[in-house]
Amino acid sequence: MGEDLDFFFSLVVSGASIGMLYSLIALGFVLVYKATEALNFAQGEFVMLAGFVAAALLTAKGMPVVLALIATIAIMIGFSFGLERVVLRPLLGRPIVAVIMATIGLAAILRGLPPITFGGDTRTVPLPIGDNAFSLGPATIAPIQLYGVIVTLLFLAGFTWFFMKSRKGVAMRAVAENQQVAMAMGINVERYFAIAWAMAGIASAVSGIIWGNMLGVDVQLALVGLKVFPVVILGGLDSIPGAVVGGLIIGIVESVASAYIDPYVGGGTKDFVPYLLMIAALMFKPYGLFGKRKIERV
Amino acid sequence: MFHRESGTFKTTYAGDMALYPLPVARGTVIALFVLFVVVAPLLLADYYLSIINLVMISIVGALGLNILVGYTGQISIGHAAFMSVGAYTAANLAVRLDLPFWVTLPAGGLMAALVGAVVGIPSLRIKGLYLAIATLAGQLIIEWTINHVPWISGGTQASIQVPRPSLFGYELKTQGQLYFFVLFFCVLAIVATLNLVRSRIGRAFVAIRDQDIAAEIIGIDIFRYKLIAFAISSFYAGVCGVLYTYYFGIANYENFQLGVSIDFLAMIIIGGLGSVLGSILGAAFVALLPLVIRTVMETVGPLFFTASELPGIISSLRLVIFGALIIVFLVLEPEGLNRLWRNVRNYFRVWPFSY
Repeated sequence: MGEDLDFFFSLVVSGASIGMLYSLIALGFVLVYKATEALNFAQGEFVMLAGFVAAALLTAKGMPVVLALIATIAIMIGFSFGLERVVLRPLLGRPIVAVIMATIGLAAILRGLPPITFGGDTRTVPLPIGDNAFSLGPATIAPIQLYGVIVTLLFLAGFTWFFMKSRKGVAMRAVAENQQVAMAMGINVERYFAIAWAMAGIASAVSGIIWGNMLGVDVQLALVGLKVFPVVILGGLDSIPGAVVGGLIIGIVESVASAYIDPYVGGGTKDFVPYLLMIAALMFKPYGLFGKRKIERV
Repeated sequence: MFHRESGTFKTTYAGDMALYPLPVARGTVIALFVLFVVVAPLLLADYYLSIINLVMISIVGALGLNILVGYTGQISIGHAAFMSVGAYTAANLAVRLDLPFWVTLPAGGLMAALVGAVVGIPSLRIKGLYLAIATLAGQLIIEWTINHVPWISGGTQASIQVPRPSLFGYELKTQGQLYFFVLFFCVLAIVATLNLVRSRIGRAFVAIRDQDIAAEIIGIDIFRYKLIAFAISSFYAGVCGVLYTYYFGIANYENFQLGVSIDFLAMIIIGGLGSVLGSILGAAFVALLPLVIRTVMETVGPLFFTASELPGIISSLRLVIFGALIIVFLVLEPEGLNRLWRNVRNYFRVWPFSY
């Protein structure tokens, strides 16, 4: 019995740490949604792109690791800025379907480009962190996961502070609340859209580095993006704490479910259970655990 | 079609309401009929007929998705999953119960409609982006279920061999015979959609798309009509899936993955949302584009890539061009090919005058 409990405990721990890393990806998603009300279906592809950039820079000769990481983040910020300007700004004020479709198109482009430019091989993102697993009671955590969790927590604290206390963050919340009123108060709405995308770019860059290190970088890396939707729906599309709690729940449920159910159905539970959970959330609590209810009045 | 109205005046009510406003319209319809029923199957080689067959099958699916996305304004990223429901229903019925296609085809459509309506239930409470995610969940769950339940998927590699469709004892085997089989259902789908969108139901769909609260106030039961939209759209998808199954002779989940859903969305966006002609143009465009890319890459490609890389490059290039086209059309011409065609037509309608 004790062994079973230990097994369960280690499942929960590894699920929770993976879940925190899902939260990091979901964070990029939530930031964009919060400020611009746009759904980014290309979030997974952003992470993949960041992974490719990081892999290319880190394996380049004579490049210091810190510089490579900073350059990755800078490139992703630039990419998000440009994207907002070229693709999303012309779609302002158009139906939400148009924005969703544009990001789906973007996802297709990003998924098609790497095999043409980088070739189809899986690349590595080498980080100087060693590979001695940390142990926590009966459970062990790979170092990259532990660092990932720490980075995620730092990011969450940073973004929470940004939205709660800083002037720009408050302005961004105002933009999210009501764009017209924000404009009337003298807030440059388009600029804050660009800032929101840039912050999503940072989150994608960090996720790309961490996930790229864990899984290796190829086109399949974009599939982690599919996990984002259950996370954000469960937590609430516009809530940063929601992204964390959602990520934890999805990570733990997926890890436990795949360990106990997989032997009976022959695999794939990992990709399936989060979506079942999401459907349940949509049916019973469509705005998520922490999301803001939207009430429509005539 | 190629109407030229300048100088034509209608002097009777009967003339004004005629099905064909000008003799040339009737002529066009007859010409199209002759072209597709007599000329095409007689003159074209099997290779070209097979392309037309695939285009026509896609048209059925694109029409269905356009009813949901273009006319009702509900987004769905799970169209391919409904196609797979139709395909596997028909395949199981055809193999286990030995039923003919005129039973399995509607059965596949109805099963898909049922599943589609179930997936559409969240559309009552959620809209736009939430719905997009819910249909994405539908796609992934249906894909997983088919893949992991041998009772549905037939066990080995989740694919079922299906006998060729037969009519009055004749088996439809060659491309030419399948051409007529597919053409019949394609024309049926086009005519049905044209009639649907100007019926009471179609008008209700458009009202919901344009302003759902206003639609509810003028007495449209939104939930009911949204579900009807999901069911009808999925019915088309199911029929499309069954046609694919009979055409390829096999039901295989790999033909109905997430990427296929996105292909269909690309079809209706490139063709034009909320337009029947747009669905046709878009389906043709998206089905033909890979062939063009392949032809071009096979001549130009070897200059840049080795032969072993080329197939991967072609499929990646296809993705990139699709994505770019979706974005270009969304940003520059949201009404798609249909609008471009209308511009050309309107120019020639009053030609040689400018208006």
